Amino acid sequence: MKHTIRQVFRSGKFVVGFSIFMGILLIVTFYPLIIRDAPLKIIGQGTFFAPGIYVNVYDSMGSPHYTILLDDAAAKRIADKLDDDDRQAIKEWLVAAGISEDAIEIENTESLLDLWVNNFDPTTRIPGMTNADRNYYIRLNTALDGLLSTEGAIVASVNPETGALEEKGVIRQTDYVNVNQVPNVRVLPLGTDNFGRDVLTELVQATAVSLRIGIVAGLIATFIGLVLGLVSGYIGGLVDDVIMFITNLFIVIPSFVLLILISFSIGQEQRGAFTIAVVIGFTSWVWTARAVRSQVISLRNRDHVNLSKLSGHSIAHIIAFDILPYIASYVVMALILQISSGILAEAGLSILGLGPRTTDVPTLGLMMNWAMIYQAHILGKWWAYFPVIIVIALIAFSMNLMNTGLDQVFNPALRD
Amino acid sequence: MNAGKKPCLSGRGVTKEFGFGRNKTVAVDGVDFDFYEGEIISIVGESGSGKTTLAKMLLGLINATEGDIFFQGKKRNIGSHRKKKEYWKSIQAIFQDPFSSYNTFNKIDSVLLDCIRMRGGGRLPREKKIELMTEACSFVNLKFEELTNKYPFELSGGQQQRLMIARIFLLKPQILLADEPTSMIDACSRTTILDTLMQLRDEIGMTPIFITHDIGLAYYVSDTVYIMERGKFVESGTADQVILNPKKPYTQRLINDVPKIYEEWDLSTV
Repeated sequence: MKHTIRQVFRSGKFVVGFSIFMGILLIVTFYPLIIRDAPLKIIGQGTFFAPGIYVNVYDSMGSPHYTILLDDAAAKRIADKLDDDDRQAIKEWLVAAGISEDAIEIENTESLLDLWVNNFDPTTRIPGMTNADRNYYIRLNTALDGLLSTEGAIVASVNPETGALEEKGVIRQTDYVNVNQVPNVRVLPLGTDNFGRDVLTELVQATAVSLRIGIVAGLIATFIGLVLGLVSGYIGGLVDDVIMFITNLFIVIPSFVLLILISFSIGQEQRGAFTIAVVIGFTSWVWTARAVRSQVISLRNRDHVNLSKLSGHSIAHIIAFDILPYIASYVVMALILQISSGILAEAGLSILGLGPRTTDVPTLGLMMNWAMIYQAHILGKWWAYFPVIIVIALIAFSMNLMNTGLDQVFNPALRD
Repeated sequence: MNAGKKPCLSGRGVTKEFGFGRNKTVAVDGVDFDFYEGEIISIVGESGSGKTTLAKMLLGLINATEGDIFFQGKKRNIGSHRKKKEYWKSIQAIFQDPFSSYNTFNKIDSVLLDCIRMRGGGRLPREKKIELMTEACSFVNLKFEELTNKYPFELSGGQQQRLMIARIFLLKPQILLADEPTSMIDACSRTTILDTLMQLRDEIGMTPIFITHDIGLAYYVSDTVYIMERGKFVESGTADQVILNPKKPYTQRLINDVPKIYEEWDLSTV
């Protein structure tokens, strides 16, 4: 036993899979202890805030201001404001005003602005230009002037008695605050979702729930499959025929269709995460049962089983002590695959809107479902669904790696 | 020749078929036999002649398709688990391959303790059980102190087969089916195993039935020899009758196949 475990941990594939899985488990365990937000708490008013560090603007005015002089600060500020359409419009005006096209670098903000400031004249009449276009250029010029000014902005508050604005301070363009000195900073590494919830916190909780669903479903499926496989394989005869008939029925009806029908008939309100896990477990035992049965049939005529019979052991004793230990490694591998397929089945069901009800806990499938309903994929809000896909893929990948590693240890013919 | 002896195991028209229709194989084809108490019996045949299937039917591990097996003159009844257990107190077996005969997850102690429990000694004090196990092991030239807490696969093939005989020593059955007990063991251990078996027979007065492909071994140990070909007994009688005066060419061929140390092999007939 000790020897087997040592061998298992010498298999590279198993170790990689095990580390990934353990990493996921550790994050799932310790993250909620550090970030104590409720996973489904709505913190953002609005949908799909991009990932980033959110600094409280009000607090940053009260924090100490530091003057830092940077040469490219103004250029960066303007570059951020000038989008590609504006740049193209500026270029078009300059070309029409007689500047050679080669001299205009559209990406180089500084030279572009220099050209603009030196050449733009609202009174210049460019042939073929409509009034609307002319007004657009005037507006653009005003906006750029505001950006280029060095005046700074005045912060004022309303005096409650007189109603007059009173100056509180001036924020200059060279003022900086230290993020560490601002009391309210929220890091949203994966932004927020459509409801304004922190995606990372939600994702960690969803991973935990999905793993739990997978484990419950896997345990149920493996248990049913194991018991039916052992009984039908060892006892044989009529019992075998009946059990195999039921098993074949379940094989003919795709288990996912069955899963959808059961899940639908339970109804939205009754579908908790645990219910879904049980339903998945009860529809996915079929292959385990068949595989265990065939293993048991090959084992039941071995001499050690005959010897156990001759020693007067009962059927239950023989199954438990002479058959089960020989297929234990196989059952463990089947369990791992069942867990990973349980997680995938939950994700599939939830995407179709037949997963657990949406009010208590998030699951990986539910997060995908929300992202899909609110069109995150069309709007390009990758953070709402891409991390979820990565987590599902990582879990399935690590479990399959562990499975392959175990297979290589227990089945020496597969070793490379 | 068998006057006054009681048959302990008899069969009438015992048949075993596997498969259906075109795939049907008749492994044992309506054999009749009377094995008498106290005799040493050998069933000899080449591979695939149905010896092991017959042995399994005699042991009650598989059911015969047709025919009846009589145990001590009465029709054998092993319908329930309790009756089977009772039957297995009087008939035991040694299997061909010692390496696959033991459950690799059980220690040697538990193999022997099972036998003591089978004989109704499950409630004996621990010292008494150890005494019994030590006695059984020393009978087959093994040291129980060295075997305790070891696993069967840690022993050599010869030691494993001797442990199997120690089992029989504890169980003291009336009939022992030895299915090729020496074919997987090196030649040196062979005689030791056979001698121990013979010694055990004298000790507890059982009827051994050897199942073997080796007619030399049958001649060496047995009183009565049955020759089996394609599921049928083609020849039977005392060892001298059958082997010194074979009537069937099949028997003659089996005899010719035994290598002789002192004669040069005639490779032209191989």
